Amino acid sequence: MPVKDYIRERFFPHLWCPGCGHGIVLNALIRAIEKLGLSKNEIAMVSGIGCSSRISGYVDFHTLHTIHGRALAFATGLKLGLPSLNVIVPMGDGDALAIGGNHFIHAARRNIEMTAIIMNNRIYGMTGGQYSPLSGYGTMATTAPFSNIDHDFDVVDLSIAAGATFVARTTTFHVHQLIDILQQAILHEGFSVVEVLSQCPTYFGRKNKMGSAADMMTHYKDQTTPIGSKAKKENPALIERGVFVQKEMPEYCKEYDKIIERAMGRSESTPIS
Amino acid sequence: MEKKILFLQGNEACVEGALYAGLDFFAGYPITPSTEIAEQMSFRLPKIGGKFIQMEDEISSVCAIIGASLAGHKVMTATSGPGFSLMQEALGYAIMTEIPCVIVNVQRGGPSTGLPTSVSQGDVNQARWGTHGDHAIIALTASNHQDVFLMTVEAFNLAETYRTPVILLFDEVVAHMRERLVVPEKDEVSLVHRLRTSVKEGVDYHPYLPREDGRLPMSDFGGVHRYNVTGLFHDMWGFPSSNPGVVQGLLRHLMDKINNNTNRINRFKKYDLDDAEVVLISYGSSARSALHVVQNRRPRGERLGLLELQTLWPFPFDVVRDVCRNARFVLVVEMNMGQALQSVKLAVDEPGKVFLANRIDGSFITPTDIRNVLRVIQGKGV
Amino acid sequence: MAKPKLKEHVINLDWCKGCGICIAFCPKSVLELDEKEKVVVARAKDCICCQLCELRCPDLAIKVEME
Repeated sequence: MPVKDYIRERFFPHLWCPGCGHGIVLNALIRAIEKLGLSKNEIAMVSGIGCSSRISGYVDFHTLHTIHGRALAFATGLKLGLPSLNVIVPMGDGDALAIGGNHFIHAARRNIEMTAIIMNNRIYGMTGGQYSPLSGYGTMATTAPFSNIDHDFDVVDLSIAAGATFVARTTTFHVHQLIDILQQAILHEGFSVVEVLSQCPTYFGRKNKMGSAADMMTHYKDQTTPIGSKAKKENPALIERGVFVQKEMPEYCKEYDKIIERAMGRSESTPIS
Repeated sequence: MEKKILFLQGNEACVEGALYAGLDFFAGYPITPSTEIAEQMSFRLPKIGGKFIQMEDEISSVCAIIGASLAGHKVMTATSGPGFSLMQEALGYAIMTEIPCVIVNVQRGGPSTGLPTSVSQGDVNQARWGTHGDHAIIALTASNHQDVFLMTVEAFNLAETYRTPVILLFDEVVAHMRERLVVPEKDEVSLVHRLRTSVKEGVDYHPYLPREDGRLPMSDFGGVHRYNVTGLFHDMWGFPSSNPGVVQGLLRHLMDKINNNTNRINRFKKYDLDDAEVVLISYGSSARSALHVVQNRRPRGERLGLLELQTLWPFPFDVVRDVCRNARFVLVVEMNMGQALQSVKLAVDEPGKVFLANRIDGSFITPTDIRNVLRVIQGKGV
Repeated sequence: MAKPKLKEHVINLDWCKGCGICIAFCPKSVLELDEKEKVVVARAKDCICCQLCELRCPDLAIKVEME
């Protein structure tokens, strides 16, 4: 199907700024879903609040635009309620790791099958450029006018520590890799995390003198490298791209099905030990 | 067939009522004095193929049930005051998006951590005004286990009928007290099931276009109709809109669907009110003490009556005004600083004749406490 | 496999916001911005149909149609 069959065309042009990386994520996500041949009726997209969360309004799936930081909690109920759904949860820095950080680590810990896409633009765009938990030390933001003293999370390390069974990172520059990783993440039977470095030329770029959207993407090209590359060994400051973790673990909904079987097989008076 | 008679806690009666109503999804986080509900659900639900999940907090619990409701389930969560405070934003979301769900708040002493294992009825106004913005809400309560069961069923029925969250405001005494419950037989209490759209695949479905009778048929996520759900003001397709007409229309709809049906939603019990000079108004466990006073003083010729409220919101102003019209005194009996009292004063023609008998110290209000206040009002001294 | 041959670039000018990403990363400098800051095809014959402009367009405004 052509791209336009996956989107709600009447809401285009979308609300994102010129050059916003989130549009590239949307673009890649549609292509990943198209390549997988998924039916639109079997996909639910659950999002929170912020620039990134508006992605759900633009796609022709079952879409749930919720409250700030809680997308994964809504998604958990939806998925456990209807495990046949393919649940995709795009989030921004705040949704995923500030207000929503707790839900993020717990969803990862449960290994409930869904795809968390973290559109990391290192800034709060919707509210006008305040620092986020992904901005990093030394960056500038409207709430860090003298430079940010907060350190950032490493999304990949955090996800692995929390127990996510698929963890990957790429950027909006590396679109082929992005499409490929998204496909793998959607197919993964467990909680998958895809961090996408996504430029915000309007706020992060301007505040930190990063140039145009294309300049910021060039920066992604220059400052990232495939996992375990020779370049990484020579320059440890490079950010690695690729699939960091991909492992099989019991998936939450399937495990709950086993609980149902156990519960149904026993008499009412026998507690399940 | 012999009726099933159980001897159990109020929290367990709530579980029985929820399962009778067709609950098949529960998400929660432990908090005293509501925890038994979650424990029971974890045991009972998988036995009927339902789902239970213990979430990481109360916020995610209420979010999870809203998500599961969209998947077509009858859903509930249970908490107490502090957890209920955490749920307020998502409660507003469920109101705005018109997603049926039931939220139990077994009240304890507050504010803050307060008195976790003691009784209070301090969340009456939080239930009404806890979430931000103009809105209408349904909140039910009960004083005994038979009514806990019935009001729980009622909560699910109202949630489905009006596509709205419904709050069950119980209190610690009712929740932890053990007494008898006669479980109604199948079909003895009528149930309202999810109204699903009859719109066929390929035909435009409007999730937010009310039918003539005001009800909004739903379509489960994963079904043939793909639509948008958002906490933003939205049009009949569920897409965000800031058009002033759409905004105003939606807000009025959200208020009117509840407020215009106050008489249908109101549940209450009347005891000896026909000739009552002194009208007691109470709800929840404190209504038990109030009823005791009425039944104890009537044989001695004191013309006391009781109005027991089971619907706290929307507040039954008309009912209260009616029963208080000929009363010399009205005594509101509750375990807070006068939360229902405010509404009663608004309802009656002469607010000056309305008094409060309360306890706010974590102790259960006794008939003696009420009688002492009555004597003061009646000029008899304590 | 035969080399893909360009039919045309379909550019949705209503959706294009002129961010310049497609232009910056086109390996053959096929695209340019016009005076209205919308993308135009300046050297269609140089296009190698890599579709990077289409894939990187944040506005879903470009489609590279091939024969």
